[in-house]
Amino acid sequence: MKKKLLSVVLSTAMVASLLVGCGSSNDAADDSAATDAATDEATDAATDEATDATDATDAATDEEADVELPEDTGKVLNIYCWNDEFANRLKDHYPGYEANDPDDALAGGKIGDVEVKFTSTPSTDNAYQNNLDATLPGNADAAADDKVDMFLVEADYALKYVNTDLCMPVADLGIKDSELANQYQYTKDIMTDSDGNLKGLSWQGCPGVLIYNREAAKEVFGSDDPDTVQAKVSDWATFNATAAEMKDAGYKMTATTNDTFRTYSNNVTTPWVVDGKIQIDDNIKAWVDASKEMADNGYCGTQALWSDDWSKGFYPDGKVFCYFGPAWLINFSMAADTEGSIANAGGWGACEGPQGFYWGGTWIAAATGTDNANLVADIMRKLTTDETIMTDIVKADSDFVNNKPAMEAAAQDDSYAFPVLGGQNPLAMFCAGADKISLSNITEYDQGCNEEFQNAMTGYFDGNYATYDEALDAFYTAITEKYPELTY
Amino acid sequence: MAKKKSGTVLRYNRWGYIFLIPFIVVFIIFQLIPLISTIYNSFFEHYFKNGLTEVGPTFIGIQNYATLFTTGDLPKYLGNTMIMWIIGFVPQILLSLLLGAWFSDPSLRLKHQQFFKTVIYLPNLIMASAFAMLFFTLFSDGGPINSLLMQMGILSEPYKFLSHAGSARSLVGFMNFLMWFGNTTILLLAGMLGIDTSLYEAAEVDGATSTQVFFKITLPLLRPILVYVMVTSLIGGLQMYDVPQILTNGQGNPARTTMTLIMYLNKHLYSKNYGLGGALSVILFIVTGILSVIVFKMNQASEK
Repeated sequence: MKKKLLSVVLSTAMVASLLVGCGSSNDAADDSAATDAATDEATDAATDEATDATDATDAATDEEADVELPEDTGKVLNIYCWNDEFANRLKDHYPGYEANDPDDALAGGKIGDVEVKFTSTPSTDNAYQNNLDATLPGNADAAADDKVDMFLVEADYALKYVNTDLCMPVADLGIKDSELANQYQYTKDIMTDSDGNLKGLSWQGCPGVLIYNREAAKEVFGSDDPDTVQAKVSDWATFNATAAEMKDAGYKMTATTNDTFRTYSNNVTTPWVVDGKIQIDDNIKAWVDASKEMADNGYCGTQALWSDDWSKGFYPDGKVFCYFGPAWLINFSMAADTEGSIANAGGWGACEGPQGFYWGGTWIAAATGTDNANLVADIMRKLTTDETIMTDIVKADSDFVNNKPAMEAAAQDDSYAFPVLGGQNPLAMFCAGADKISLSNITEYDQGCNEEFQNAMTGYFDGNYATYDEALDAFYTAITEKYPELTY
Repeated sequence: MAKKKSGTVLRYNRWGYIFLIPFIVVFIIFQLIPLISTIYNSFFEHYFKNGLTEVGPTFIGIQNYATLFTTGDLPKYLGNTMIMWIIGFVPQILLSLLLGAWFSDPSLRLKHQQFFKTVIYLPNLIMASAFAMLFFTLFSDGGPINSLLMQMGILSEPYKFLSHAGSARSLVGFMNFLMWFGNTTILLLAGMLGIDTSLYEAAEVDGATSTQVFFKITLPLLRPILVYVMVTSLIGGLQMYDVPQILTNGQGNPARTTMTLIMYLNKHLYSKNYGLGGALSVILFIVTGILSVIVFKMNQASEK
């Protein structure tokens, strides 16, 4: 009898705990349903207001009328990003920004009463975009404090978001075309959707240059003067001949085969994808042939970009002659803050290299559904159009900013010399490069195509694929896994 | 009287069912429903264009299976998985048997057994991803292993461990071996300690050598545990994912020779391709089932 009683008690306890579990979760569901309802109402109201505002704009015809933005209601400004570059710019250059932690920009801060919160997800393995894909579509219905107000995108996949309703046209934020007159045209082209709406702004321009190791240049060419070096790398044939010289001196020409990829891929005549079909441009094929030769001759390695083996060349022991990159690579990625790196000692030089190119760049986009539209608009204005702030960015961070007249003036001014480049002022080179950048051949698939192509070809350079065609097949397999809608 | 007794048994049995409820509920929610929805999804074309624009779901019958078998490299990835599993499993089971035999042998009187058991189990406590990152750094082209080998004069230039199929697969196998041999040892040891010691004493009296004891007494009596270890390891091996994924950055380099079935499945999840992913999972489910039955039958047959 005792046993039975015990078992009754035990099983009651168990079943009860099970039910309790269900019960509490139901409660939670009810709660969240209630919150949803509340949020819905609020959102509806907000949307109505917004619609009214849009109507008003429409009424004001095509003139660049001031847009009446709904008053900011958000207490938290949520910014999605993949590293601390933008966070640092905001911390250092946005007037009135109080950082929570002066050494860690991603810790956020305060602008007036609004708390600034960064959500940083690494770009690796597409994690950053997955996060955006999961969050942005539901942004309008998210709880007020969780609403994404602003997110950052890179050139390689900008079109993916620009061509959707997930980011707001900057015109709807009240930013007029006339305010953006000084920006480089390409930075606007990249963020313009198929209907001609501009949907994001950047504070930087990313024309690339060849960044060379001055020590190596002195040793091999007898001089580290940019003109002397430029003569040695003026076109691809000379570049290859120089690579042989470098090898004899114990230097790798570039860290890896992938370093030169952008110089070829930015100078293509066909985009990666045309009407859903994958295209291999002749210039891409030219990169494969040139890189295979470089790899076979031991002029460079075959490791992935951003790997530890790639960045060994940022230090003297890495014995790498040159990297290809824009201003952000020089100031942000080449370990300039680390004692003992070449950049720290100002040991790099810059010259134009065999071909012009651009790489990356960060654009600021306003997320649809933001409850801090005025603040977002102001951040965009301050960082991308305010000349004083922008020249400050150049001075403080050696960035190349998106302001043509200011940059052209700065190119003549020795006070803008880059310390990492041993006092050289590369801005004139960047200016010339930025004018030439054309983005007519970008697609929303560029990132996947670039990554998978480099990866498949690395297999070819290493000899794991016997022929180019085998490697190409591997590329097609990988790319159709990523984008089932494409054919080849 | 008899009737009353069976009634009591029935009523008493009820408690058994009640105690089963939590398991059944969890099983249905977290296993059965996902399993059925996976099978259901595998008959649809359903993915997201570039992660954002939804395509489908449209019913397309067995089209996904046809695609997998005609265009995918399914056999290759199955082969990769099995090769890397075997590379890890063979040394693992041998070493575990040896360690188990030593630990369970009373005549050896090993000291500090508890300490050693803990130490060999430790690698399993490290996260697979952290372990893979560690190996990635150790064995990178300019990593410490290469510098060590070069300083010792064994190599003249760095060996690209992760750019050669053999070395990359061996690394994956070796890591799985390191991570799991402790676990296997504990399992086998438990099985060995369960064997009646009088059998060993009898064998000793009869003058059997330790080799004979191991092969004639320990191994046959250990069979049920051995089957369990093999089946679980096989299933775990087929689902191998974390180590090669992190070690090769999800690419299965070189030339997809370390790409396992689950890594391949993960590739389809980039575009949230529920259709193809579902079909692949169903195939994996069937393959796992068949292999498990084979291993099970093999052991049963030799028992007779």
